[in-house]
Amino acid sequence: MQALHQKVKELLESGKVQVVIGYGEGSGGKSRPVFIRSAADAAKLVWDDRCHQNLAVYINKPEIKKMGKAAIVAHPAAVRTIVQMIAEHQLSSGAIIVLAVENDTLEELTDNSSLEVYAQSHPVLFPPFVVKEIEDIAALSAAERFEFWQNELEKCFKCYACRAACPLCYCERCIVECNQPQWVSVPSHAQGNFEWHMNRAMHLAGRCVSCGSCTIACPAGIPIGLLTIEASRIARTEFGFEPGISCDASSAMSSFRNEDKETFIQ
Amino acid sequence: MPSNNIYNPYLMRIEKITDEAPGVKTFRLKFTNDAEREQFNFKAGQFGEYSVFGEGESTFCIASSPMRKEYVECTFRQAGRVTSALARREEGDVIGFRGPYGNIFPLEEWKGKNLLFIAGGIALPPMRCVIWNALDLRDWFKDITVVYGARSVADLVYKYELDEWGKRSDMRLTTTVDPGGENPQWTGKVGFVPKVLEELAPASSNTIAIVCGPPVMIKFTFPVLEKLGFTPETMYTTLENRMKCGVGKCGRCNVGPVYVCKDGPVFSYGELKKLPAEY
Amino acid sequence: MKSITHDNLLKLLAGLADEGKIVYAPVRKGQKVFFAPVQNMQPVVFDYIQTTESPKLVLFPRYEPLISFEYQGKEVKVDDPSAAAPAERVLFGSRPCDAMALKRLAEFFDRDIPDALIAGRQKALTVISMSCIKADADCFCTSTGSSPGDICGSDILLTPVENNGYAAEILTGKGASIADRCSSLFSEIPEIRKEQYLAKVEKAFSHEEVRKKLSHAFDHDIWNGASLRCIGCGACAFVCPMCSCFDIQEEGTAKKGSRVRCWDSCGFSLFTLHTSGHNPRHNQSERWRQRVMHKFSYQPEAAELTGCVGCGRCSRACPSDMNLKEQLQDIAANVETV
Repeated sequence: MQALHQKVKELLESGKVQVVIGYGEGSGGKSRPVFIRSAADAAKLVWDDRCHQNLAVYINKPEIKKMGKAAIVAHPAAVRTIVQMIAEHQLSSGAIIVLAVENDTLEELTDNSSLEVYAQSHPVLFPPFVVKEIEDIAALSAAERFEFWQNELEKCFKCYACRAACPLCYCERCIVECNQPQWVSVPSHAQGNFEWHMNRAMHLAGRCVSCGSCTIACPAGIPIGLLTIEASRIARTEFGFEPGISCDASSAMSSFRNEDKETFIQ
Repeated sequence: MPSNNIYNPYLMRIEKITDEAPGVKTFRLKFTNDAEREQFNFKAGQFGEYSVFGEGESTFCIASSPMRKEYVECTFRQAGRVTSALARREEGDVIGFRGPYGNIFPLEEWKGKNLLFIAGGIALPPMRCVIWNALDLRDWFKDITVVYGARSVADLVYKYELDEWGKRSDMRLTTTVDPGGENPQWTGKVGFVPKVLEELAPASSNTIAIVCGPPVMIKFTFPVLEKLGFTPETMYTTLENRMKCGVGKCGRCNVGPVYVCKDGPVFSYGELKKLPAEY
Repeated sequence: MKSITHDNLLKLLAGLADEGKIVYAPVRKGQKVFFAPVQNMQPVVFDYIQTTESPKLVLFPRYEPLISFEYQGKEVKVDDPSAAAPAERVLFGSRPCDAMALKRLAEFFDRDIPDALIAGRQKALTVISMSCIKADADCFCTSTGSSPGDICGSDILLTPVENNGYAAEILTGKGASIADRCSSLFSEIPEIRKEQYLAKVEKAFSHEEVRKKLSHAFDHDIWNGASLRCIGCGACAFVCPMCSCFDIQEEGTAKKGSRVRCWDSCGFSLFTLHTSGHNPRHNQSERWRQRVMHKFSYQPEAAELTGCVGCGRCSRACPSDMNLKEQLQDIAANVETV
């Protein structure tokens, strides 16, 4: 943590960045996102096992962008997110200084290749309980799985915390807000909830870097990340798309290969 | 309303559709239920929620005079889902109507005064209601002046009425179009509304100014009026925040302690100045 | 005063469900506790500080039809759901802050132009609340006019006392009708001082002081940076027992369907967006300010009604640790009195 404080102090003092997006002390023993703008405040940053939120969600927030060039404290999943954002042209290369943190290590990543090397050497590592959730669901029959999700999604009241917490859910106008035609039913009934979560999983297929922020954000406790994790597993095993490791990768859902089975695009 | 459920609309038949300008139509609506028509009353400045079943509701002012009780008229520009669906309706179709909602232009308080109406573009409809109301109560007021501008000649709404108003001897009408919006037949003025108003320089003593138009027009018109001697209490406008319920519940149109739908849409400039500028 | 044992309380609730009343009670779903209709009382939980979702859904459900319609040629047939008498409901396990919120919510919907759908449900609702013997750092009911044993809004208030039983305050005619019909389940005990059993919630700020200060704080520096970490979801509004903003949407086909009310939030960027593209509350800090101002300044000013009961759900639910209590303490401490 001292190395982090020192690094942030240097970055702000030298004027290399005007703001550092990081974690600080929150309420009730929680950590919270903080935006450090002066070297004197560098010591307010914390980095420990409470720091799960994917801070990349703040990179393009207008109020933050207005502050000037930013550095961001990024756990491995956030680094993958930033790589994916660059690949999807949501972030230009070199636009942000990434302070990659993991356990006691700190690395400053400033260009695409260092980001890629870091991301590739830090593959997705699920905590044991997520591994178990994934295994448990895989073991269910289709009917049981449908029942599982019915029970889970029944809790959803469509606050869209999953969407808001996801740095890759960046559409200015989400499909749920398009009403000509009305693609997704607005009320949070069974149909509307299924439409929303299936749509989100499909839109993140091959793009979700499995950071888990959506699950952590969900106030209803729905393990919502399992859907996008599964969609990304299919994109990886069936189509060979691995998100978050290459800054110029194409997207699974919007690229076509000659060997693809679908004919509609030919 | 047809029941004590405030969201249950009157069923209205479209009696007449008038094409006003590109994308702008006026509907004349008749109650399908005579008893409902009998007990329906409204005052100038109020609005309604007009709906196409299966598409949704949209908010517009009532554009006809409250003294013409056999129908309700509304004028709208096709923009989103509901107005597009409305634009596809034909004469004889049934649509929903909830209202009247909101406060009113205080015509009673304005007795014995001159009235100066200033409107821009599609904002004439909220004004038309009160203009007709004032003309229907002509002896209440001294001079009645209307200044109306639009982007181009084609964008002027209620052209048939503008002709009629222009010929009347008991009111003064000035029409203008933005520079470049005129055509060879155009006999009105050319210039933005605030500019034209400045040239006309109407007297401010004993006069109420009512301004309706796009935000940018309002922004430049109030200072002109202030220069002419109008005070915040003698200038009125209407706010058009986004609304859903129309009855002060859904929260969308909340600005400071007021709900535009319930406490507005008519505000004096003096009242507006006390509100946060979230409109 | 009356008391009831734990077993008899379960019998009472089961009896109400057997009578055909819809009994909403706290049940565990995964890691969280929700209010849900229960038929038998086995899944009902008692060991929560606060449920995740508030009980406002018994008055103001997540979604409900306002009308239904069907085209018949050129004509339209419209049905009004408020014509049917609402089902009798019993809410069990609401906290005193929740009960106060329900009362204020019903008052809000009843003001000026009464909402018959909400009023009908309120009339058919009996509220059996449970005093708080535990609180956490996010609770601030004592700062907003409630308290761990407050009776406001409840028909019966139970307070856990010794020997696995509850002191029962029968507070209204609705409460009395239940207590009288099931009198064998209750016993008479001498008056107790219930305060000794209640959680202690320190007053964090004065809502009167906050109200006074907010009346001139719209342009105050306090808002700068206050909501930088807010990600603009609707979690706070949807778990709030008093947030009442809603959307109206069409469901079904173009021929037959219903017009539906569903929860909405002033924190969403599209909430105030005009069709023209103009947005009166363009950025998230303006929307956060609106949330605070509406609850603690605008509503009290317009109707003497604070839009918050200090249940703390928003702070517990927020993915970015936006903490309402902290914000209000900040206002109380740092906005000048004029």
